Amino acid sequence: MRTKLLLSAAIGAMLVFPTFSNAEVINGEQLAADQVFTYRLLDDIKSFDPQINTDIEGSGVIRDIFEGLMNEDQKGGLIPGAASGYTVSEDKLTYTFNLRDAKWSNGDPVTAHDFAYSWKRLVDPKTASEYAWYMELMGVKNASQVVKGEVTPDELGVRAVDDNTFEVTLEKAIPYFASMTVHGSTFPVLQSVVEKHGTDWTKPGNIVGNGAYVLSEYRSGEKVVRERNPMYWDNENTIIDKTVALVINDENQALTRYLAGEIDKTNIPSGQYPRLSKEYPKQAISNPYSCSYIYWFNMGEKGPESLKDVRVRKALSYAINREVVTDRILQGGQYQSYNFAHQKTAGFDLPEIDYAGWTQKERDAKAVALLAEAGYGADNPLELTLNYNTSETHKKVAIGVSQFWKQTLGVKLTLANNEWKIHTTKQQAGDFEVSRYAWCGDYNEASTYLDLLTSYSGHNVSGYSNADYDALMVESKTMANPNANYAKAEALLAADMPFAPIYQYTGNIMLQPTLRGWPVDNLMQTFYSRDLYIVEK
Amino acid sequence: MLNLILKRLAMAVPTILVLIVFSFLLMHSAPGGPFTAERALSPEILANLEAKYGLDQPLYKQILIYINNVVFHFDFGPSFIYKDRSVNEIIAQGFPITLTYGSIAFVLAVITGVSLGVMAAIYHNSWLDYLAVGISIGAQVLPNFVMAPILVLVFTLMLGWLPGGGWEYGDPKYIIMPVLALSTSFMASIARITRSSMLEVMNANHIRTARSKGLPVRHIILRHALKPAMLPVISYLGPTFVTMVTGSVVVDLFFSTGGMGLFFVNAALNRDYSVMMGITILVGVLTIFFNLVVDILYAWIDPKIRL
Repeated sequence: MRTKLLLSAAIGAMLVFPTFSNAEVINGEQLAADQVFTYRLLDDIKSFDPQINTDIEGSGVIRDIFEGLMNEDQKGGLIPGAASGYTVSEDKLTYTFNLRDAKWSNGDPVTAHDFAYSWKRLVDPKTASEYAWYMELMGVKNASQVVKGEVTPDELGVRAVDDNTFEVTLEKAIPYFASMTVHGSTFPVLQSVVEKHGTDWTKPGNIVGNGAYVLSEYRSGEKVVRERNPMYWDNENTIIDKTVALVINDENQALTRYLAGEIDKTNIPSGQYPRLSKEYPKQAISNPYSCSYIYWFNMGEKGPESLKDVRVRKALSYAINREVVTDRILQGGQYQSYNFAHQKTAGFDLPEIDYAGWTQKERDAKAVALLAEAGYGADNPLELTLNYNTSETHKKVAIGVSQFWKQTLGVKLTLANNEWKIHTTKQQAGDFEVSRYAWCGDYNEASTYLDLLTSYSGHNVSGYSNADYDALMVESKTMANPNANYAKAEALLAADMPFAPIYQYTGNIMLQPTLRGWPVDNLMQTFYSRDLYIVEK
Repeated sequence: MLNLILKRLAMAVPTILVLIVFSFLLMHSAPGGPFTAERALSPEILANLEAKYGLDQPLYKQILIYINNVVFHFDFGPSFIYKDRSVNEIIAQGFPITLTYGSIAFVLAVITGVSLGVMAAIYHNSWLDYLAVGISIGAQVLPNFVMAPILVLVFTLMLGWLPGGGWEYGDPKYIIMPVLALSTSFMASIARITRSSMLEVMNANHIRTARSKGLPVRHIILRHALKPAMLPVISYLGPTFVTMVTGSVVVDLFFSTGGMGLFFVNAALNRDYSVMMGITILVGVLTIFFNLVVDILYAWIDPKIRL
């Protein structure tokens, strides 16, 4: 027997986004005649190819020109996309997606074969995708073997049962599997187009997508334009006609251009949120954003002796005054952090962490005691080096932390600033003592964070290895509600302190008052241009 | 003269080769690579990528393959970061943009700079001199990364006259601010060099002779003073022209022109080896070429110089 998961989301989608038929009034507001949404990109888009793209801004564009099996609504909930729904087998290892009747922008039908082709393409060694690991993370059968070249891509656990039925076989049950299909690397591409044009297939004019928009103009370093795709299945409910992304590297320049009315959405430069929220209370927005900022302690082989002592690590973490970091240094509504997973992650109950409940005075006292116990003091001060990559914000936080550690614990901290590539290379080689890091969730579920600290994770650079922790995370994969395990895992992290959590992110953005539908409550800041609209001033 | 040009061009070939090999080695010795990211890639994925981009070959082989592709096929390879595009495409798109605003800024800087300098020298120690010196010092202390945001603040936000950035295929509205931001500090340098060189020439014997003959001042300046006074200016202009037309990071960054300057810097930061190499070679070739042009101009202006 198969459990039918009829998504109430179809109804949910209607609630979130009222259907309308060529009306000019939505929720009592007059639509603007000119439905063009313009926003700022920090950097040029590196690729429009769903299987090649690796960055967040690229994903934003790709979500407009392609559509995956499932989408997110404005709160981050799962709603149908190219699939109208899916069923799961009883052992939770087989997912069957029913595709809706939809067309590519060239008029070809979107079929299950397109998905099968694209998923195989992601892991095919010939594609050499940097995101091939994502399919391994999804647990699709044989994904790792294909990446390693041990079996051919055809052995991947995906199958087009017929034109409208796409079946995925997993190696292990992953409760949040369906929500992972929201990620761009799983989006379909049209085989005939890719093969006809080679790497040029993503050029405007060549590119064919199944999303609400088509890429109509791309001028590298300047702008990316996409325009309404009349072939899109939900075209009649799409309001924005054209989305323009302007590449503006400098955030202050972007703000000036926002204030001049040239763009509808931009990021608030660091430190300016307090001023802007006073001057433009309706436009300056601070919302949770799924990233967590930490300082790794190197407790591995290459790390210093001192950091192998849990008392030292705890003392260092306790002595960081997070309130000063969030309220005085960052000033953008960021969350003080005593755990790893972002506290606003869907379905995640922030566990009680012992030292989160203490006052800073208590934390400092405890830190002093622990460090003394470990044998460090005025006559034998702890000496450490903190690595961070070039950025004003990282620098300010590093200076703050060096002050806390110096004043409370007498730590002699050397600050080492490196450009990004050098910083990362050193970190991944374990060539550091204390090192700045931030992890951003790949999907809206706590395991995207907590899996990182398992001993078998490739991203765990601290050298932390705890069999109990690993067991908790393995077990969580098959639990109906893994929260209990997540709480225990977070408690272990607080007890072992392989890193000092510092703060959890907020997105600080400016939105023009005429723009509606921005997913303010979506932790991943996943937006689709087709959900937006612009009203008359 | 022809002999010299041929000799110089023959010399250029080994120079460029040395440049290629040296930049190649230097770049590969920098820590990290194009695929270093916050998520360390698994060895298998990294191996697939390196195989695709030929990074799995020994370094000497990579250099040979690269030189072969560049010299015989004029193919600078695919970008390692902008994976949908080749280096040829990136340069073909970015270079015309920087060439446009760079050349206009150059012409503007030369005309205003030389005029200011000459004026200051002729009316030495008068209010005109002070004004010209004042303007050029003002322009010098306002570097382009300060100029650019100020321009946008004034012309886009306050006055609303000009768009704050973009290129739009070279629409004049979009060119004005990049040109102003880029030209001012060069204009100031040119003015200072012209002024001091002109002052020196005005005190030279042949000018005194010309004056004592009673020639009109205009005639003295245009026929006898300006030409020799231009020599130091011209030697400054050669490399300056290359710098200006190969793009300014600041201009590209602040005005989102899509020009080549920002690509150059980003390529270095991203370890985008092929883009980095492509632009380095282009800048190298242009530098060699314009140095030759400067030398020829020298000989033409000053008959004392025998090439």
